[in-house]
Amino acid sequence: AAVAAVAAMLSLDFLDDVRRMNKRQLYYQVLNFGMIVSSALMIWKGLMVVTGSESPIVVVLSGSMEPAFHRGDLLFLTNRIEDPIRVGEIVVFRIEGREIPIVHRVLKIHEKQNGDIKFLTKGDNNAVDDRGLYKQGQHWLEKKDVVGRARGFVPYIGIVTILMNDYPKFKYAVLFLLGLFVLVHRE
Amino acid sequence: LRKNVEDFTGPRERSDLGFVTFDITADILNGKNGLQTFWNKNTLIIFDWNVKQLFLYLSAEYSTKNNALNQVVLWDKIMLRGDNPKLSLKDMKSKYFFFDDGNGLKGNRNITLTLSWNVVPNAGILPLVTGSGHVSVPFPDTYETTKSY
Repeated sequence: AAVAAVAAMLSLDFLDDVRRMNKRQLYYQVLNFGMIVSSALMIWKGLMVVTGSESPIVVVLSGSMEPAFHRGDLLFLTNRIEDPIRVGEIVVFRIEGREIPIVHRVLKIHEKQNGDIKFLTKGDNNAVDDRGLYKQGQHWLEKKDVVGRARGFVPYIGIVTILMNDYPKFKYAVLFLLGLFVLVHRE
Repeated sequence: LRKNVEDFTGPRERSDLGFVTFDITADILNGKNGLQTFWNKNTLIIFDWNVKQLFLYLSAEYSTKNNALNQVVLWDKIMLRGDNPKLSLKDMKSKYFFFDDGNGLKGNRNITLTLSWNVVPNAGILPLVTGSGHVSVPFPDTYETTKSY
């Protein structure tokens, strides 16, 4: 009963806070929220420009590069055109018509004088190269398929994105709590 | 690092297929191309606390009429921190088929084999390092049709 009473008091306090905010303060909070979202977007777009990649940070989704990378690891990519593609590099690429990018290592390259390059990839943990994954009739990957080259990584952190993807209720709960926190927090 | 090779080629469909056998002797811990840690530029230690593994690969690099630059990985190995850093492999066959994009292996006098590795940290930057010492290998002018591999 004591616990229930405390809970009731706390929730009343919380509502009081919201009621005490007049219209102007509410607008201010909403604007604040908008600023935070815009800043986050600006940082993301800025990263895209600096790295040259349309997706400068990716989460590893499969175990095909173990033991180097595991599901949930975060990879930082660059995609500068001046950087030539060479064997041994870890590339993130998209197969035509598929949305999900793949993170594997370059196994073979054949580059022409003019810079046109075709290359083959393979996951460290896979027994065979990726030709079976490419589109029907496609034997090689080209520069246009590349999202970026992995330059650095942080383990585990990406698990949150995977959880949010696999359990949409979790995603909505996180977003709801975040939104609530920002709106209610006075500063 | 030292490598010795002997080789022969065979056409499959219409692309050259090269066969290479090699020995690899490498001492990764004390190699000249060590990874320099941030705080001590004078130590050449590769396996420091932030190195989870090395992904080693032996690649063949060469030029053909069709393509100005070709690189093919012949063999690779994952060396975890704690594994013996000295490699002494003899008479290894290539792990992956050495197909050329065309017929550029026959008579190609200059195929360079290099050992390189990708340092995979526990967290941080992923550098690619090339080992010192590489070997140039020529392929013969004729195809072998009956040698067994």
